[in-house]
Amino acid sequence: MKKGITVFLVLLVLASGIAMAAGRQDTAPAEEEPFKVAFIYVGSPVDYGWTFEHDMARKAVEAEFGDAVETAYVENVTVGDVSRILNQFAQQGYQIVFGNSFGYMDYMAEAAEEYPDIYFEHCSGYQLGPNKANYFGRMYQARYLSGIAAGAMTETDQIGYVAAFPIPEVIRGINAFTLGAQKVNPNVQVRVVWTNTWFDPAREREAAESLLDAGVDIIAQHQDTTEPQRAAQDRGAYSVGYHSDMRSFVGDSVLSSAVWDFSNYYIDRVRAAMDGTWESGAYWGNLDDGVVGLAEFSPLVSQDVRDIVAQEKEKIISGAWDVFHGPVRNQQGEVLVPAGTAMTDAEMLGMIFFVEGVVGRID
Amino acid sequence: MRLYFEKRKTSSKIVLICVPIISLVISLILTGFLLLVFGVNPLATFSAMFNGAFGSSQNFAETLVKAVPLMLTGLGVSIAFRLRFWNIGAEGQLVLGGVAATWVALFASPYIPAFLLLPSVLLAGALAGAAWAGVPALLKTRLQVDETLTTLMLNYVAILIAEGLFYGAWRDPGGMGFPGTARFPQAAWLPRIYGRVHYGLVFALILAVVLWFFIYHTKWGFELHMIGKNRTAANYLGVNIKRTILVSILISGAFSGLAGASEVAGLARRLQEGLIQGYGYTAIIVAWMAQLNPFASIAAAILMAALLVGGDQVQMMMRLPSAVGLVMQGMILFPLLAGSLFSEYRLRISRTRGEETP
Repeated sequence: MKKGITVFLVLLVLASGIAMAAGRQDTAPAEEEPFKVAFIYVGSPVDYGWTFEHDMARKAVEAEFGDAVETAYVENVTVGDVSRILNQFAQQGYQIVFGNSFGYMDYMAEAAEEYPDIYFEHCSGYQLGPNKANYFGRMYQARYLSGIAAGAMTETDQIGYVAAFPIPEVIRGINAFTLGAQKVNPNVQVRVVWTNTWFDPAREREAAESLLDAGVDIIAQHQDTTEPQRAAQDRGAYSVGYHSDMRSFVGDSVLSSAVWDFSNYYIDRVRAAMDGTWESGAYWGNLDDGVVGLAEFSPLVSQDVRDIVAQEKEKIISGAWDVFHGPVRNQQGEVLVPAGTAMTDAEMLGMIFFVEGVVGRID
Repeated sequence: MRLYFEKRKTSSKIVLICVPIISLVISLILTGFLLLVFGVNPLATFSAMFNGAFGSSQNFAETLVKAVPLMLTGLGVSIAFRLRFWNIGAEGQLVLGGVAATWVALFASPYIPAFLLLPSVLLAGALAGAAWAGVPALLKTRLQVDETLTTLMLNYVAILIAEGLFYGAWRDPGGMGFPGTARFPQAAWLPRIYGRVHYGLVFALILAVVLWFFIYHTKWGFELHMIGKNRTAANYLGVNIKRTILVSILISGAFSGLAGASEVAGLARRLQEGLIQGYGYTAIIVAWMAQLNPFASIAAAILMAALLVGGDQVQMMMRLPSAVGLVMQGMILFPLLAGSLFSEYRLRISRTRGEETP
């Protein structure tokens, strides 16, 4: 018992000892306070994927505004920790906060109510508030284009898809990719394996390898790292990347990548926040805006395929047609979207079925 | 001449105080070098970390939020460790406690009067945690199955059950297909004291006192001590070893189950990914830092939580990657844990020859 009290006291002393050892921190007097911009990342900027692209956009903000802004980020933030990070940024005087994971939604909404003077920008959610906006992109359009390249290049007619979680965003991507592949190859099947993680290089690789073992010759993915691409390249198979131009990190076995570019959006929003013209809203950027796009093709992709992709891209940008225009059939072959109609944005945002040609289950 | 460790017969108070202090100084120096390599001022970093964890009432509240599940699971595993029963399954017991609490809050709530709902939620969590720990305890006492393996493996089972539920059967129908259950009815919310600190803190503090009383002032506590130190002697003294182990491990699991229930009912108010944070593993470090003492476990849990919460500042203020924060935590902990070797053993120098084993 006495020993216990001693240990207790010692630990308390240690905690306060850290403070005394540290002393007081001098803060340099600032001539003009920069506008403080915070980013909360679900992954790490070195994932060369999702968070990498957001961090490139953060750097674009720094390049655009120079000393007029100060940016900071916290990486690998889980849903259990995000409230704390939001509070800390708020206390340190950050004026606009970007969060790049769906799971942050409820917590950012709470923070937005608590800190009405701070602007909150949430990626991929749907909850809106007077000082809380949403932003995302119609990645399905780029997915569709990348699916065309994969559908044209597969020899076994079997494409593997390493996917994180069975949520609408991921399902929409798988469906759009499959529809693209079917555009040029009606026999193609897309096999889905769930990893139940956004970021886990080892699990992503394992999933890709299990698909390659099952006979697929191209790997597509919805993950945060380049591991599925590397797994495919190691086996002499092709792949289609996601998030960033993964060919530049892995090699020409990556036929192309469906990529994000948030730079313009971030710069616009930070400028609006600085000017006081910021307004809440839900932004769903498209191929035309450049928020989503297709990275440069690998030299392995033939001109014919590139031409088809260019054609389809024109069709989407012109607004004449979009990926989920009917007829769209589900896995059972039932027509869910009849010819001549199109899915609404709300329907696409809540998509929880697979189209015909996808091999896998949602639940 | 050779060096060897000799177990201390009595714990020396001076050593007990000196070891953690010296360990801390060593770790601060090591961490300081690391920070210099990254080109930041170590003192400024430590100061920022301290402010991040304790600098304002809000920051301290966030530290306590992190500390509560560490306190409860730390207290829980320390009971098992007293018996030398290596329960490393606190994570699974916590998660299953959260699952059971969620079941009561969402699906049994129509049949329970509102004022009884929250107690039922918490009780369900504790019972589920106890049951989950009871499986390895039964296997150990009946069939001599090694508990290290079974408790660890059941962690993965519990996590998969939880994931299966909130991605599948229990997924919020109004959540646009996104993972996580619906929010609990308000009657099942565990109230908050300040900021996000919920009443789990009060449970942890009360349970620490209760546990301290039972361990040091009851027959049960003495039996725990006996079984942990010398099982044969305990047997000769007429201690019912199997029953004591079983009961104690059920209690150990109940602590972790309660941690899970208070997390879902006090923080997220739904079952989702955020419950699975590795608290049950950190609890092992908490228990050992505290040398299995209940009050010291409370302090150790706060210290561990402070390292986690203060670590955010390393990223925010010092612009270092999050990995540096984790490395710092390791560097602070390793000398502390290694130092406990010196409070249990003394280093002896032997000049006599011929003695092969001490």
